[in-house]
Amino acid sequence: MTGAATLKAWAGAALAAPVVWLASIVNVPLKSWQRATGTGGMAAFFLAPNMAIFGIFVLVPLVINFFYSATSGTAYFLQDRTYVGLEQYQRLLDCGSYLDTATCREDLFWKAVHNTGLFVVAQVALMTVVSMATALILNREIVGRSFWRAVFFFPVLLSPVVTGLIWRWILQRQGLLNLIVHNRGGEPHNWLTDRFWAFTAAVSVSVWAHMGFYTLILLAGLQAIPRDLYEAAEMDGTKPARVFWRITLPLLMPNLLVVIVLTLIRAVQIFDEAYVLTGGGPGTSTLYITQYIYEIGFASLLRNPGLASAASILMGLVLVVLTLLQLKVGRRGERKGARE
Amino acid sequence: MSGVMTFLTRRRGGRGWHWTDIVSWLWLLGGLVIMFGPAVWLVGSSFKTPAQLAEFPPTILPYVSQQAKVEGYDKPLTLYRVKLPDGSTKVLAEVRRVGIVAQMVDPQAPNDIVKVNIADREPMREIGFATENYAEPFVHFDFLRYLRNSVFVTVMATLITLLTNSMAAFALSKYKFRGRDLTMLLIVGTLMVPLSVILVPLYSVVGAVGLLDSLWGVILPTVATPTGVFLLRQYMLTIPDELLDAARMDNASEWQIYWRIVLPLAAPALAVLAIFSVVWRWNDFLWPLVVLSRKELYTLQVGLNTYAGQLNVQWHYILAMTVVTMIPVILVFVFLQRYITSGIAGTGLK
Repeated sequence: MTGAATLKAWAGAALAAPVVWLASIVNVPLKSWQRATGTGGMAAFFLAPNMAIFGIFVLVPLVINFFYSATSGTAYFLQDRTYVGLEQYQRLLDCGSYLDTATCREDLFWKAVHNTGLFVVAQVALMTVVSMATALILNREIVGRSFWRAVFFFPVLLSPVVTGLIWRWILQRQGLLNLIVHNRGGEPHNWLTDRFWAFTAAVSVSVWAHMGFYTLILLAGLQAIPRDLYEAAEMDGTKPARVFWRITLPLLMPNLLVVIVLTLIRAVQIFDEAYVLTGGGPGTSTLYITQYIYEIGFASLLRNPGLASAASILMGLVLVVLTLLQLKVGRRGERKGARE
Repeated sequence: MSGVMTFLTRRRGGRGWHWTDIVSWLWLLGGLVIMFGPAVWLVGSSFKTPAQLAEFPPTILPYVSQQAKVEGYDKPLTLYRVKLPDGSTKVLAEVRRVGIVAQMVDPQAPNDIVKVNIADREPMREIGFATENYAEPFVHFDFLRYLRNSVFVTVMATLITLLTNSMAAFALSKYKFRGRDLTMLLIVGTLMVPLSVILVPLYSVVGAVGLLDSLWGVILPTVATPTGVFLLRQYMLTIPDELLDAARMDNASEWQIYWRIVLPLAAPALAVLAIFSVVWRWNDFLWPLVVLSRKELYTLQVGLNTYAGQLNVQWHYILAMTVVTMIPVILVFVFLQRYITSGIAGTGLK
């Protein structure tokens, strides 16, 4: 063993020693617990910490959310709040016409709903096209495929705050985009204070940040398609277009559907990148539902946690529907896989 | 149309260059620029001085103005290349500036003051890095504290996640008990409950257990990850039960079986979960934003957003701190990226 390796082994042992020691100490009471309760009791012991945390911080909030949405006031603790029944929901859903936010009592909520709807449509479409094209290209006989895969995956790991700031910096008045525009003889522009461009930026940045993830799923699907199918098609002299429509697309469909539904589910909850990038502006043109919940629940001076809770339940219902859709799509994919 | 389709289908190997190859390579190279370009631009900008950041059009590389020590002046003076009335150019140092007229001296002859119209001069610049952008936020702002908070949250949350998730996964994969499938269903079912749906009640629950405005209030709600339990359970199912039975024959306790046999064997899955957890917790934004209101408890993400949201954004610091915030994730990307990609391709989780 070389000197460095010995040192490394010693350092590792020294770091692990207290943990190993702790584990052997724990073993003593656990042995008597095991003797007293049998292996069934041990199952309970192993489950307990996770389920306790899970229960307190996921299940309890999930259940009390329904009670919460039936109360009003600005206090956060349930016992300090007054019961108002379905009033919060009535307030949210009170609209002259759902297509015109100005006729709604909670016009901000409906503005957020409309914006989110538009965002979801644009983002899902762009995401699907871009990640599909990238996956198809990465599936060709490309030199250095894992390098290129990593290139497109890189932004997935960045934090939304970092992503938002990077792009705010590029899109600002003295930014890189304006440099490019300027060099091509164009007029510099305040991209993020323009309704259309702010929306376009929010959509594009979120595609930039997450496309690597979906490309990966699609690429895995493409690589699972048996090669002999293509070889057979080639021997029959099938046209490439036909190969795509008759082999690639049908066999990729399960993955493609999963990608579309996953994108949908995540797009409905869009918050961080868009929030850091535009802050919901200009005006309310990039205000999305999660930001509405956050602002009405916590940040706004006129905060109303009950209303935020009711809005979050409405969003949750949409997500449940989408998730059931995903499960159905996923199961169909599985069955299809099993048949082959 | 069929041309587009050729492009969409795979290339049949070794037939020379087709136009679809060119389009593919253009796409890849364009992707390289679009994916890495913004981050590179960020890093380059983070080394620019405030004056340079305000310039338009911006320069690609960071420059600093050259300065020189001139006899008779305490501070170093900034050097300019000045076009003199006789048509020659000379390097002069600026003493002070009044409106559009600058009073300048020749560093070689520091006694004669020359008045120069600022239109007739250009700053002397060289490529240089404004490293003070990195040093100062740690002194003037609380960035060191934010960094500590972020590291604490990430490390603690990841350790607890690994321990509790692996214990739960062990119970769910290696024991038969009543309600096991129901427990599993419950855990997997909550995969579809995102934070934004339970934001308000979670806040009141965390308040009720007294963890508001504490780093533990950030850590605990995130650690019981359903994805982690699911990933580890799927992996532990592949560990043969005979191994556990053999250990029981040798009088090993259940805890020893978990600790000595199952955990080491599940190391690959634990590694994947650890990497995911580090990235998740480091990047968390909405929950810390809601639960932390005392400034000294902010994590990097919340601190960055706060400073970037101020009326007078000090971009030179923000950019440098954004780079610092990116570093751990870049390290993960460079060294551990293949674990993540294989994890995603295998399970479809993120």
